Parts: sequence; structure tokens; C-alpha cells
Amino acid sequence: MSVVLGIALVAVATSSACALCGVFLVLRRLAMMADAISHSILPGLVAGYVLAQGPNLLTGFVGAAASGLLTVVLVEALTKSRRVKEDAAIGIVFPALFALGVFLVTKFFDNLHLDADAILFGVIEYSPFDEFKLGSLMLGPKSFWVMLGLFVVNAMFMTTFFKELKVSTFDPELSKALGFSPSLIHYSLMALVAVTTVGAFSAVGAILAVALIIVPAVTASLLTYRLKQMVAISLVIGATCGLVGFWLATLVDVSISGMIATTLGAVFLLVFLFAPNRGVVAQIIRRRRQSARFLAEMLAVHLDSHEGTSDEDEESRIGHLITEMEWAEPQADAAIATSTNLGWIVQTGDRLQLTSEGRRIAQSVRNR
Amino acid sequence: MNLFHELLFDYTLRNVALGCMILGTVSGVLGSFAVLRRQGLLGDALAHAALPGVCFAFILTGLKTPIALLIGAALSGWIGMLSINQILKRSRIDSGAALGTILTVFFGFGVVLLTVIQKSYAGKQAGLDKFLFGQAAGLVAEQVLTMAILSIIALTVVVLLFKEFKVISFDPEFAQSISIPTHVVANMLSALLLISIVVGLNTVGVVLMSAMLVGPAAAARQWTNSLKKMLLIAASIGTISGLTGALISVLGTKIPTGPVIVIVLSLIVLLSVLFGSARGVVWESLRRRKRRFVEGQR
Repeated sequence: MSVVLGIALVAVATSSACALCGVFLVLRRLAMMADAISHSILPGLVAGYVLAQGPNLLTGFVGAAASGLLTVVLVEALTKSRRVKEDAAIGIVFPALFALGVFLVTKFFDNLHLDADAILFGVIEYSPFDEFKLGSLMLGPKSFWVMLGLFVVNAMFMTTFFKELKVSTFDPELSKALGFSPSLIHYSLMALVAVTTVGAFSAVGAILAVALIIVPAVTASLLTYRLKQMVAISLVIGATCGLVGFWLATLVDVSISGMIATTLGAVFLLVFLFAPNRGVVAQIIRRRRQSARFLAEMLAVHLDSHEGTSDEDEESRIGHLITEMEWAEPQADAAIATSTNLGWIVQTGDRLQLTSEGRRIAQSVRNR
Repeated sequence: MNLFHELLFDYTLRNVALGCMILGTVSGVLGSFAVLRRQGLLGDALAHAALPGVCFAFILTGLKTPIALLIGAALSGWIGMLSINQILKRSRIDSGAALGTILTVFFGFGVVLLTVIQKSYAGKQAGLDKFLFGQAAGLVAEQVLTMAILSIIALTVVVLLFKEFKVISFDPEFAQSISIPTHVVANMLSALLLISIVVGLNTVGVVLMSAMLVGPAAAARQWTNSLKKMLLIAASIGTISGLTGALISVLGTKIPTGPVIVIVLSLIVLLSVLFGSARGVVWESLRRRKRRFVEGQR
């Protein structure tokens, strides 16, 4: 299998597996738990390797999942003691476990060069050289199969327990009342996050694993309110950014993991600015439109109140408006333009005249 | 006595111990405000967000000028913080997700820049990774001096603006009502937080920075209900963990200093949560048991 195809497969499988966990994590406001777990799995991973006397996939996974869960338990215990707030609890638990991990590494794998850089940055570049072999058959990168397996496990968990996940995410009380324990679901989800992070972390590095978990889901949350759509959008964003980031990285010859995270950031920024309803630009346009509409309504009320009176001729003059309403010229222009566009007024010379629609609006504003 | 002698006259040990103690003091104090303002994870995010700035500073100055790297780190942490604030202000994304997004994206971009540096400045970048992952054992006198100056500046500001910082940490709305410029004061606190992060980067590194900020504060909180005392206790806990960690790691073990400091610190946090004189869990459960016993007697 070619190196490029191998890396692309790893990127897509990893991003898909991560994006699935990410949606529920972000919705449960636990995004930083992903960051914490990605670091605190280290002691478990090392302990697993120690037990198997070498880098063993299975014991590594079990150990890592265990220390991922230990993180969750410790954070909850500290928070529940009401002595430490949750953010502070996370902030102390994961460095403690990470430090313990470093301690174990130096104690048991002194000759094994476990590089901090490699852990944090990840070297997806090397993944194609560690191929999965079946007899003489070369079946592509091992990490691809691991991540594909994790994707399948995550997908099965989420489809089987979709309703339970949904209810316990949005309404834990209801979920308790319905008879399934939100904390069981919570711990299962956290175990999946831990296992997925381990897989992702040996494939692409800890930071990219966290990026792949959090960023697609956060971005998707700006685009939709529907859970299923959010899952789908996260998957698409994750996989696309994985491939685009990989392509860009080979183009300028830089770290693939880093470039994928950067691409995710760029997509987030674009969506943050230009999302249809919740984007910054859409918000600004909406606010402008609202204030223009408000000005137009004021104008309609003003014209309506003087209609048919003796000073109508003077009051409907554009120049007079600016002084009477204390409008700056651009405001007056906006009000007149908006009203004209909406068909509320007609302009003859420098006089403004309400249409029947304009009169109706003025009435409804007064009745508000 | 031998240990004391070495601490004073052994160049490496003196630097490491001093560096770690300075870091412990300043991060204990600034971390307390962060913890009280429920920004326990902000430090972690900003420490990661510093990476691209360090790389840019390296590319621009081409030297390992510590001060340029520090400024780069602080600037890019600052931009990270502004981005987090904008996300929180302009969307419904929660603070954890905002922190996580900025943390990973900035760090990822920094990694891209690191590979650029590795390619074009091969060999010259040695030490850049130590700047980030911390190698207390490699601290030189010049770095320790820079750390000391930055910390003194930060702590002086805390002393001068103590009242403002206090009000904004406990009751920002009240602060606004007595016309304290809350934005300016909050930004000031964040800037000081950044200083302590920058001081910590080349000592304990990105990952463990969070513990240096949160640990002393969380432990100190269990011993007192007064802010002034909390700051003093947090500073002492930070200093003591720094010193102990440095001693254990330099003498005897081969374990890097940062992790040892954090392990010591975590033990102190655990003990404080259990036995802290103001809020210790053990005292409370003893009291409860006694009450139940008395009620049972009636």
C-alpha cells in the first residue's frame, strides 16, 4: 500500500472515530475532559506496557482506559467534596497523573526513549511503516485498523444507545426518571473517549486527538441544533480537514498532525464568522437590519401622526425629519431607504407620503 | 548540612532550586486569582497557545534570546485569550469547548511552525523544545534572573492592586458598581497570569503548568477563608513544592524536575482537602459523626 494512501486512511479513520465521541462530549460541556484524558492516560498506558513487558496493544488499551476512568472518578470525587471547583479539579488531576506517567516511564522504560514531543505532537508520518500483516498479506497501517475498529465500536455504542445518550445529555433528571442511570452512560462514554484517545494518540498524537474530538463538534454546533445533523456534520468536517490538512502538509512539507489541527482551526474560524444564523457576520447583519427596521417604524409612526393635520406638509419634509427626530443624515437615509424598499412610503420631491401598508405598520406599532 | 552547602554553592542545584521556587511563588499567587475566578483551565489553554509565538520569535530573532521567546510566548498567549473571549462573547459555545478549541488549534499551528524551524534552522533549534517541555535541570543563571525580575514585577502589581483584584475575583458586578474599570483590571490579572505561565514554560513545561497554577491555590483554599492568607499560603506551598521537587529530582533520582514538583504538589493538595484547617473533609465528617452520636444519646 502506498504511503500516501496509508496516511490518508489513518487520518480519515482517526478523525471519524474522534468526531463521534466529540459530539456528546461537547454537548455535555465536557470538552476539557478530552484534553485531561488525553494526558492522564499516560500512567495507565505505561502500566499496561509494564505488565506485558513491552509495548502491547491490548494491555496498553486496558491500562489507558482505566486511567482515563480514574481521571473522571478523581475529578468527580474532588468536585463532589465541594472543596475544589470542577475546573480546578480537572486542572490538578490530569497533570498529577501525567507526572505519575512520566515517573513510571523513567522508572521502567529508561532505555525506551519515550519522547514528550512524540506524545504531544504525534507522528502520523510513520504510521504507514507499521503495517498490519496477515500471513504474507500486507493490509495497510496498523493504526488504520485500530482506529477503524474504534470507529465501529463508537458507532455501535452510539446507535444502540442513541436515545439514552440523547436524553441523558439534554435532561439527566428525565433519564433517571425513565430508569436508566445517567452516570452509567456517562462512564461508558468516558471509557470510549479514553480508548479512542489512546488509539488516536498513538496514531496522531495527543493534541491532534483532542483537536479531532473537540473542534469538529464545536464547529458543527454552530451550524445546527439537531443532534443527528450535528453528528453527520462533525464526521464530514473531521474527515475533510484530515484529508485537506494532510494534503496541505505534504504541499509545504510540515507536520501533518499540526497542519490538520490548523485546518480544523481555519474551518472553525470560517464557520464562526460566516455560519448562516449564528455566525458573527449574520449577527451583525441581523442587528443592522433590526435597527434599520426600527428607524423605519419610527418614521412611519411620525408620518402617520401628522397625516391630515395642518402641518403635514412641513412635517413630511426630509430636511425637517433630520432636525425633529434628531437623526444623523445616514440614519435618515437608512430609514427612508428601508421604508421605501418595504413599500411603506413613497417619495415625491423632498416630501414623504405613507402608503396604506405604511399606515397599517404605524397602527400596529402604536398598538404594541 | 551537606545538602544546605550544595544548595548554596552547587551551580546547577542552586539554579534549579531557585527557578522552581520562584515559579512556585508566582504561580501560587496568580493561580489563586484564576482559581477563584473559575478560570482553572485557562492557564492550561494559554500555556499551549504560547507555542506559535515562541516559534515566531525564534524565526524572527533567529537566536535563543530568552527574552524574545518569552515575549513571543506572552503575545501569542494574549491572542489566544482574546480569541477565547470573542468566542464566549459572540456564540453559545461553552467555556470548556472554547478553551479546548483555541488550545489545540494554536498548539497545532505551533507544531507546524516547529517543523518549519526544524527544516530551515537544523541544529540551531536545540533547546527550543526544552523551552516548551521544561527542563528545570537545564536552567542557567540568566534564565533564573529573568524569571526573578518578571515575578517581582508581577507580585508588585498584585500588592499595588490587591483591593481591585480582590473585588473583581469575588464580585465583579459590585466592582463595576463602584466604578472600578473591570475590563482593565481583568485584563491586568490575565496579563499577570500570562507572566507566570511564561515563567513556568521552560521550568515545568506546557502540560504541567496547569498544576502549578491550580495546585497551590486549591490546597491553600482549604486552610483559610481570607484572601490575603490564601495568597500567602499558596505562595508558600508553591515555593516548598518547587524546592522539594528540585531537591528530589537533582539529587538521587533521574526523574525530570517538573513531574516531581507536580507529584509533591498533588500530595499537598490531597492532604489539604482531607485535613485543611478551614474546610478539611475529615474534620467535617468527624463533626457530623459526633453530632449523630450526640443525637443518638438523647
